[in-house]
Amino acid sequence: MRIPILKLQNYLLISIQIDLDDQSAIQFQEDLLNKIHKSGATGVVIDLTSVDIIDSFIAKVLGDVVTMSDLMGARVVLTGIQPAVAMTLIELGIHMQDVQTALDLEQGLIKLRQELEG
Amino acid sequence: MDFKSCVNIRQEWDIVGARQLGREKAKELGFGTVDQARIATAISELARNIYLYAGTGKVRFEIVDQLDKKGLKIIAIDEGPGIRDVSQVMQDGYSTSGGLGAGLPGVKRLMDFFEIRTEWGEGTEIETIKWVR
Repeated sequence: MRIPILKLQNYLLISIQIDLDDQSAIQFQEDLLNKIHKSGATGVVIDLTSVDIIDSFIAKVLGDVVTMSDLMGARVVLTGIQPAVAMTLIELGIHMQDVQTALDLEQGLIKLRQELEG
Repeated sequence: MDFKSCVNIRQEWDIVGARQLGREKAKELGFGTVDQARIATAISELARNIYLYAGTGKVRFEIVDQLDKKGLKIIAIDEGPGIRDVSQVMQDGYSTSGGLGAGLPGVKRLMDFFEIRTEWGEGTEIETIKWVR
């Protein structure tokens, strides 16, 4: 399944609304990097409001895509991580320390704007 | 309770199938949202281990109904190579697959009961239980 990536000015917006299987997650990683390359976007928000499970594999793919995007010159913010998901990730032993986060899409965009323009 | 209680793990997509069925069962049993996420995540890790290391296997669900408590038992069974050194795979950060190494110790933390039965060359059976609070 392909995850739609929307462009808004210099930003790319993604809302993940499916139960991510490994293949879709890897496909998304590739799609996002290609889209950054083509669009020249400087900021990316990945909204996880509808995601009710993040296991170690998906966490790795998300963490990697943040680092990869960073290498290409685009900042990524993850938003909307549910309380249950945050608790589960920490208990699982996954800390995602180098990843920028925000409460929701709006806060994520504000954070990006501050970092990139401010 | 009557339900389909076993998911065969043969392809990658079955990992999602197993955790979705597990979450459904957890919901039916009355687990809260956080425990549902814990259970679904644990199943995902167990099913992925089967897929990665054994190729095929199954994840079975059972309801444990005792006098004073009720719970969901998840059993992951495969006939893969088995685990040579259990204490090693139970260390945080240990991984042979390039993952985050959160796998089994993580599952143990997410669940209330955790037991591995394995023999090198014979396969692995992991039994784990979460009690309804």
